[in-house]
Amino acid sequence: MNQKPAGRQGLASRLRRAPGRGVLAFSTERKIPYLLFGIALIIFPLVDPYSPHVDFVADAGRWILLALGLNIVVGYAGLLDLGYAAFFAIGSYAFAMVASPQFGIHISFWFCLFASAFVAAFFGLLLGAPTLRLRGDYLAIVTLGFGEIVPRVFRNASKFTGGVNGIVGVDQPKIPSILGLHGFSFGFNPVPYYYLMLVIIILCIFLINNLRNSRLGRAWMAIREDEVAAAATGINTVTTKLLAFALGASFSGFAGTYYASKLFIVTPEAFSFVVSVTVLLMVVLGGMGNMRGVIVGAVLIYFIQAYLLVQLPGWIASATAALNIGFLNSIDVGGYVQRSTILIFGIILVVIMLLRPQGLIPSAQRKVELELGTTEEAVSDLRGSA
Amino acid sequence: MRFFADQLVFGLTQGAIYALIALGYTLVYGIIELINFAHGDVYTVGGLIGLTLIGLLHVQGASIAWVIPALVLVFLIAMTLNGLLGVVIERVAYRRLRNAPRLAPLITAVGVSFILEGAIFLVKGPNHISYPNLLPSGNIPLFGYALGAQNLIIVVLALALMVGLHQFIQRTQIGRAMRATAQDRDAARLMGININRTIAVTFFLGSALAAAGGIINGFYFQDIVFNQGFQAGLFAFTAAVFGGIGNVVGASVGGFAIGIIIAMVGGYMQGGQQWSDVVVFSILILVLVFRPTGLFGMQVPEK
Repeated sequence: MNQKPAGRQGLASRLRRAPGRGVLAFSTERKIPYLLFGIALIIFPLVDPYSPHVDFVADAGRWILLALGLNIVVGYAGLLDLGYAAFFAIGSYAFAMVASPQFGIHISFWFCLFASAFVAAFFGLLLGAPTLRLRGDYLAIVTLGFGEIVPRVFRNASKFTGGVNGIVGVDQPKIPSILGLHGFSFGFNPVPYYYLMLVIIILCIFLINNLRNSRLGRAWMAIREDEVAAAATGINTVTTKLLAFALGASFSGFAGTYYASKLFIVTPEAFSFVVSVTVLLMVVLGGMGNMRGVIVGAVLIYFIQAYLLVQLPGWIASATAALNIGFLNSIDVGGYVQRSTILIFGIILVVIMLLRPQGLIPSAQRKVELELGTTEEAVSDLRGSA
Repeated sequence: MRFFADQLVFGLTQGAIYALIALGYTLVYGIIELINFAHGDVYTVGGLIGLTLIGLLHVQGASIAWVIPALVLVFLIAMTLNGLLGVVIERVAYRRLRNAPRLAPLITAVGVSFILEGAIFLVKGPNHISYPNLLPSGNIPLFGYALGAQNLIIVVLALALMVGLHQFIQRTQIGRAMRATAQDRDAARLMGININRTIAVTFFLGSALAAAGGIINGFYFQDIVFNQGFQAGLFAFTAAVFGGIGNVVGASVGGFAIGIIIAMVGGYMQGGQQWSDVVVFSILILVLVFRPTGLFGMQVPEK
């Protein structure tokens, strides 16, 4: 508390410096690694088609998309959403219900890709409209409650959603034959999904970049830094926060449609609290408010979850077999490793928040805020206990 | 009528458990304005410590002369150990972030919750573990209704703990320090109150009560599982909000109210069992939206 005044001056001067460097001031040399990386991503499936690797990378894309969406809410607008998986679930189910044998309706994937983003955004508005007036920590718990309600409703309303078993036989995207080119269905081939995801992510990156530098994006960051000051400068804080909520939700609508179609099935278990926290972890680890950071965070966590922790037991088993360490075989190290995901995620989350709250690749502005504190004062309640 | 009475007794009994957990949320929120997401998992740990102690002290199947003192010991030791766990969590994870932007401690609390749940999962695995019921099983006739002795004991025990906590906060020096810190931390410090120690005591009390709740829950439902704290924690938080967060009496009343609501929804609604959590979370959202101060809460000044 008492060091704050000194810190405040530092904050002001450093903030003035920050934007100039932050906003895409790339020189041509700095673009080259990105270009090379992009080309590598495009060529990759051609080198190694039909392999599980393509599938693996395509699935990473879904997490990147979710993390980018949550970053709008948590990173830009500074609202803690602990039920983000609910919007992902809504997107998935919205598509699965109108494009599967469940009701015998088969609406085109391409239409639904956008339609379910709108549906998710609509639910974002529906939840946000009454709750965004609440203080930040109440909002967190409301979203957490919402995140629990949605999968349960999908599980219980079995007439519409297939209950615990979910909806099976979700449609795959079809490319119609145009201009003499043969149309085809994506089927279970991961390669077209891979390219589709690549296109979606590139579009989203452009979209978010423009959003962030727009009037709306600047309003988000103003609210994040100091809501009262933002309101005083004429920003309608509720509308601005609502837009962050709705836009963030719409990204999970995209991801949900893609996910339901690629997986062929949606079940209520796929949208638990763990999913919400995993996406939050990606955003926090990479760096709240920084798109590059968030993408790196998503890839890292996905890699840990879907590769490292899956492969590690096998490696340990072969290592112990090779080294012939008897006592290690008897305690089933592999089983422990597989069960440790939640623990590891929790540790990463706490360690990052304590030691490097700005994340691995911080946004310059966010870093200053987190180091020096925003002007948000703790509201001390007057509480005599009863 | 009999069915209604059954549901009411069931609701009061599980409500006593929710109230004990809710007190931890409300104490911590009252003093440092943090929704301690890890509290639900602290409750699970408390139940597991109790289970371990019951095994270590050979309480099960022992003669009545040993069971009663042993149970007192189980509660005292488990509550102390769990209280210390709460103190350690506060010291390691929350203290450094006390003046950070509010997002930071909230995210950390989610992380701590995952650490505890993950650690229990790692050690105990995904299966339900059976818990012995060491409470007497008879019935007590009351106006022609056979009241379960264990229900009575649970509610009385919980009420005793609540009254004890209330007296502690109102009567003792450290309780006065807690109230002062909750009102205005800086002013309290200027009055010579050791803020760090006061907050540590708050975490100790909350976690100790959660341990009592965890053991009682084990007795009553004869079951414990690694992730039970998530749902119970949310229910208890709803109770705390319902009664007015930061308010000790409110959290107690809210706990019983939520317990009764769950019991009635489960008993009277078509397929109510699977909807009860949806109902509770809806209550949570509605209360927060329309009456964020809860039933007994005082006006919280918006920043």
